[in-house]
Amino acid sequence: MDNFFDLVPLVVMIPLVGLLINLFAGRQLGERGVSIVAVGASGMSFVIAVLLWIAQVNTGYEAAVIDMPILSDWIVIPSANVTIPWAFRVDTLSVTMMLVVTGVGTLIHIYAVGYMHGDERFPRFFVYMNLFLVFMLILVTGNNFLMMFVGWEGVGLCSYLLIGFWFDKPGGVGWKNSDAARKALIVNRVGDFGLVLGVLITFWTFGTLDYYREGEAPIAHHAATDAEAPLFAPTLPGEEETHAVSGPLGVFNQAELWLEEGGHQVNFGMVSLSFETTLTVITLLFLLGVTGKSAQIPLFVWLPDAMAGPTPVSALIHAATMVTAGVYMMVRANVFYHAAEFSSFVVAVIGATTALVAGFIAVGQWDIKRVLAYSTVSQLGFMVAAVGVGAYAAAMFHLVTHACFKALLFLASGSVIHGMEHGHHHVSHGHSGHHDDDFDPQDMRFMGGLKERMPVTYWTYLFGTLALAGIIPFAGFWSKDEILLDSLKTGVDKGLLSGYVGFVLLVVAAAFTAFYMWRQVSLVFLGKPRHAAAAHAEESSRLMTWPLIVLAVLSLLIGFINVPSGFPILGWLLGEHQFTSFLEHSVTYAHAGTFSFLLATFAVLLALGAIYLARSVYSDRVLATLREDPLAINPRTQRAFALSSAKLYWDEFYFKYLIYPYRNAAYWLAEQLDWRFWHDYVHERLLRDPFNAATRALSGRVDKQVIDHSFDGLGHATRRIASRLRRIQTGYVHIYTMSVLFGALLVMILILLPLIRDWLGL
Amino acid sequence: MSGVPSLSDLNLAATLPVSFLALYACLLMIVDLFVPRTRKHITAGLTMLGLGIALVLALLPLAGAARFGDGERAFGGMYIADSFSDGVNVIVLITALLGVMVAYNYLDRIQRQRGEYYSLLLFTTLGVMMMGAAGDLVVVFVALELLSIPLYILSGFRRPQEASEESALKYFILGAFASGFLVYGIALIYGATGVTDFEGIWAAVEEIVAEDASSKYLLLVGAGLLLVGLGFKVAAVPFHMWTPDVYQGAPTSVVAYMSVAAKVGGFAALVRVLGSGMVNFALDGGLVAAWQDTVWLIAALTMILGNFVAIVQSDLKRLLAYSSIAHAGYMLIGVAAAGSAPVADEAARAVIMYLMAYAFTNVGAFAVVIAVERDDASNTGLESMRGLAVKQPLLAASMAIFMFSLTGIPLTAGFIGKWFVFKAAIAADLIPVAVVGVLTSLISAFYYLRIVWYMYFESGESEAHVPVPLAWAISIAAVGTLLLGIFPYLLSDMTHKITLAFGP
Amino acid sequence: MNLNEWIFIGLFFALGWALPATPIVLGKILAPKRPNQVKQQTYECGVEMVGSPWTQFRAQYYIFALVFLVFDVELVFLFPWALAYNQLGLFALFEMTVFIFLLVVALVYTWRKGALRWS
Repeated sequence: MDNFFDLVPLVVMIPLVGLLINLFAGRQLGERGVSIVAVGASGMSFVIAVLLWIAQVNTGYEAAVIDMPILSDWIVIPSANVTIPWAFRVDTLSVTMMLVVTGVGTLIHIYAVGYMHGDERFPRFFVYMNLFLVFMLILVTGNNFLMMFVGWEGVGLCSYLLIGFWFDKPGGVGWKNSDAARKALIVNRVGDFGLVLGVLITFWTFGTLDYYREGEAPIAHHAATDAEAPLFAPTLPGEEETHAVSGPLGVFNQAELWLEEGGHQVNFGMVSLSFETTLTVITLLFLLGVTGKSAQIPLFVWLPDAMAGPTPVSALIHAATMVTAGVYMMVRANVFYHAAEFSSFVVAVIGATTALVAGFIAVGQWDIKRVLAYSTVSQLGFMVAAVGVGAYAAAMFHLVTHACFKALLFLASGSVIHGMEHGHHHVSHGHSGHHDDDFDPQDMRFMGGLKERMPVTYWTYLFGTLALAGIIPFAGFWSKDEILLDSLKTGVDKGLLSGYVGFVLLVVAAAFTAFYMWRQVSLVFLGKPRHAAAAHAEESSRLMTWPLIVLAVLSLLIGFINVPSGFPILGWLLGEHQFTSFLEHSVTYAHAGTFSFLLATFAVLLALGAIYLARSVYSDRVLATLREDPLAINPRTQRAFALSSAKLYWDEFYFKYLIYPYRNAAYWLAEQLDWRFWHDYVHERLLRDPFNAATRALSGRVDKQVIDHSFDGLGHATRRIASRLRRIQTGYVHIYTMSVLFGALLVMILILLPLIRDWLGL
Repeated sequence: MSGVPSLSDLNLAATLPVSFLALYACLLMIVDLFVPRTRKHITAGLTMLGLGIALVLALLPLAGAARFGDGERAFGGMYIADSFSDGVNVIVLITALLGVMVAYNYLDRIQRQRGEYYSLLLFTTLGVMMMGAAGDLVVVFVALELLSIPLYILSGFRRPQEASEESALKYFILGAFASGFLVYGIALIYGATGVTDFEGIWAAVEEIVAEDASSKYLLLVGAGLLLVGLGFKVAAVPFHMWTPDVYQGAPTSVVAYMSVAAKVGGFAALVRVLGSGMVNFALDGGLVAAWQDTVWLIAALTMILGNFVAIVQSDLKRLLAYSSIAHAGYMLIGVAAAGSAPVADEAARAVIMYLMAYAFTNVGAFAVVIAVERDDASNTGLESMRGLAVKQPLLAASMAIFMFSLTGIPLTAGFIGKWFVFKAAIAADLIPVAVVGVLTSLISAFYYLRIVWYMYFESGESEAHVPVPLAWAISIAAVGTLLLGIFPYLLSDMTHKITLAFGP
Repeated sequence: MNLNEWIFIGLFFALGWALPATPIVLGKILAPKRPNQVKQQTYECGVEMVGSPWTQFRAQYYIFALVFLVFDVELVFLFPWALAYNQLGLFALFEMTVFIFLLVVALVYTWRKGALRWS
């Protein structure tokens, strides 16, 4: 079974090949060909991921490090003693991520074939989608922080490209789309700045970026003494043996050793910090990266706008996979976060606050995708908070379940939008001349009563909603319950404040979740149609509904992979916390949750209560004449709803206190410093006038005509050169340049020929 | 090298020809500002004076007189004043002298008589001299820029004639592009070895080869990029495409100079870097450097393409451009031969001899083109040679000598150059490429001798202006070509002391 | 480094900031304010900003920038040299002389060619 591990490069290479085919031959292949290539690439990646999973099971969950054949010396600078190989890591954590990315990704690819049908840039869309898979898989399979960073930036690029995919839509929509894309890119830049700094400090501290070296097993710090020791001892061949690993250790084991020894100092030139402080700095900087990529406070503002992209993109990138990269990274670095208590506290507070704030905002939205976007932010907050309270397994568990049901919800909402557009088309086609320009297929005010028109979409949506709301036995129940319980236990058992704060905030956020989801179901599917388009909406094609059904089944069942210990019957039937035991082989500080009947009942009742409340507020009677939200009319909730509807004025706050002051400062610098001081004063008074005087004194008077004439001549010459330049640029020089480039390539091939022969063994 | 060097560590005296010329060029630029437009012969004369003094200074050590200064190294090893750099100096200084002579009246004719022409010429000459004396990759780069930038300007000197401007811009854009490759190559070599001076590189390569370290890939790629950057300068295929356009568009007097000078600089640097710094870069532990195959393949390509394309040219300047590409190929054979460690010195000597022969011949050939060219840059077609032997027997005879020499017919300098280069190639076991060289020489006879045919056996209305300085330049070039061909020991004496190797 | 040195660096920094800032602020307070359209415009090499910035610049600004560079680079090199002058000795004096000589040559050339004349 060892050979299966060697397949891991393929998981990245196959989508790469797919995208290259579509890039160069997309036009010739046509829609059908492009779809087959893209979906096939994604599906084959999934198959490989499954094989890797089987290999993991068969080898007793041993981690493997696979070097890429050609890039094994990815970055080697002998004079600085730097070696960063391009190596893949196959362990339970990365296999989990691979399965999620390729599995959900394949379903969304299939869906997208139907969704993007007829788009003029159909091939390009799938090139971007496959490119995204490539980078996302690099992110999760890399064995060092630099590969993760490459993937991290790559998925950011794909996100940018796909959010602004419809940048040329008419009527100002295109501008909005490209603005959203730019917003995502710029906001993420702030986060990436933190990540880069964190990676650099990591490198400075450890002298390497590898998670673990080849043949090195994770060792657990204080494994014997810590009261909170994991239930399952991690697979370590014994401390003595790991100490004997020759050469430098990977960052995590090195960190464990230093923590155990204590008193290690990290020297930063002028200052030297204790190792514990350094870890805190690193983890906080990583957290900044996470707040960008995983849309946490304060950088979450880009994600709701990112819904400008096509719906499959929202489902794949901005709900199921890319935005969870931050959670993956923190779980990967669980050794660091476990040791850095202060950082963990910050993580927990940020996550829980985000969960609550985003849940609150979601209540006041009208756009069907925007509600889901804020819901995603909120659920990501759950995961981040779980990391903060040390529930790494629970965070990953929620990541997996959330990927299924949130992808489902997004795809179903895409199906709704599709249906609405179809209906609108039908209506405006029927009554020519009747055009309502303010119709928006995503606005829930125009919907209603879609249950009859789109039954498959309705039922799958309902499954997703119940899963998200945390109703037993849907997937969301199990994962959310585990997070809640873990945070409460952190508070009670360890006496940590973060546990209590997290628990309270998350419980309230969970109630909000159930409320806004049922509000959405009511507005979209229940009642009677409130617009002609809704009345004429049609169910989407099979290509789109089949992935919905598969995801709906997954949303129901996927929670059973991690039944908590102590749960009656099911635990005995399906095995207890299977998923956690699986993860424990690579996540040192994963620990399994027990089951608290009281808390589970409380959580389910809370969710049911919130649903009941939503149902009573948005009753059929209200829906029939809906113009304004009932909450906005009711004087008691009016102000809260307005606040929620305005997204807590978050963007406005940024504009007022960050962007405008920055712009004003720039204006001030330009006007006062540069123009008045530098130009008016320095240039004119100090430089120009004396020069004028001096040159005039030196050369005497020059006839004005001569000067004018020569400058005219200069102008003509410039113009002539310019026109010539244009001709040269479009004519020959670029060909010459290409020839130099190909020549350089030829020289490279020639000079490396003996070595290439050696590699190939000829 | 740590600590502050004292003034005597610089060993300034060893750099005497270069430092003298540098100072002289700066002063000349200032002096020229006070020379009135109508009396630029003063500037031209001063330029020749400076070049003459520098030539004497460069010849002294070659002629057996003691070397200036304290040993061969100056500026902490960045500058190497050995027989090789002396040879380069002599060649380029002679070229520059001839270049001034052919330019003076030509500039008058095209009404671009400007003092800057001479200053720029001096600066680019300096660049070539520094390339020959470089002991460090950084110096190679600085010298290359010093060599190139004035040439870009000179190419566009016939402003506002569009062809000239166009050629300058093309040359500039592509040259900048090629410089980028060179810098990247330097960076990679530095990354692989941790040093930039040739001796340090040599030592580091020794170590890399011994340990079979993985940085050998980096080093190979670095060497390849260096080859690209310098290959562009010497117009080797496939980096040659700028050559015909630039040669055709630039003022002919500039082409006469730069067709030789840029090659001298480029080959000097190639021999220094590859033949001296990386000569021991043998991957299989043998004596043949890893870059040798690439160089001789490029050499073969260059000879074949240059000679074949030249056949179909109908314009003299374009024909000579392709001829110059072809000759870059022959010289590259020498560089390739330098990749076999035991032959390295012999190959370096061969390259220097070839360059010397090429200098006289090529400047002479372009001088004849200047003579027949009209003031509006026309009449450079092959038919302008028709019947030249009747109207201008001496001019035609000189041109015939140059054409024989370019072909490589015995008793001319060109034959001697080719002879030594092929000899080095055979010694280095590069027999296939030597065969290609001989065969393409035969092909080249077709288009060179066609010019002779036009001059002597066809009648036509050829015209020519041969003012005194131009006449002198052509005569010197012709006599030089013959002298070197008849008395080859002049060349071999000049070069016999050249040794490049570091270490034992 | 102990705290005192940091204070010193902080003072130095503050002083360095205050020296240029004071005249600007003083000027802002004391100077008569008669803004007109020309003064309000963003600085762009002395040209009035009209239309898109994708236009060609006249060559004389480029020359002006080059001449500015002469002084700028000179200062950058002179300053550390002047600071470490005592340790460097004759060698550095020689190098600096060569350097300044080259700059002077360039300056004289541009001056004489009329590039410093601003019309």
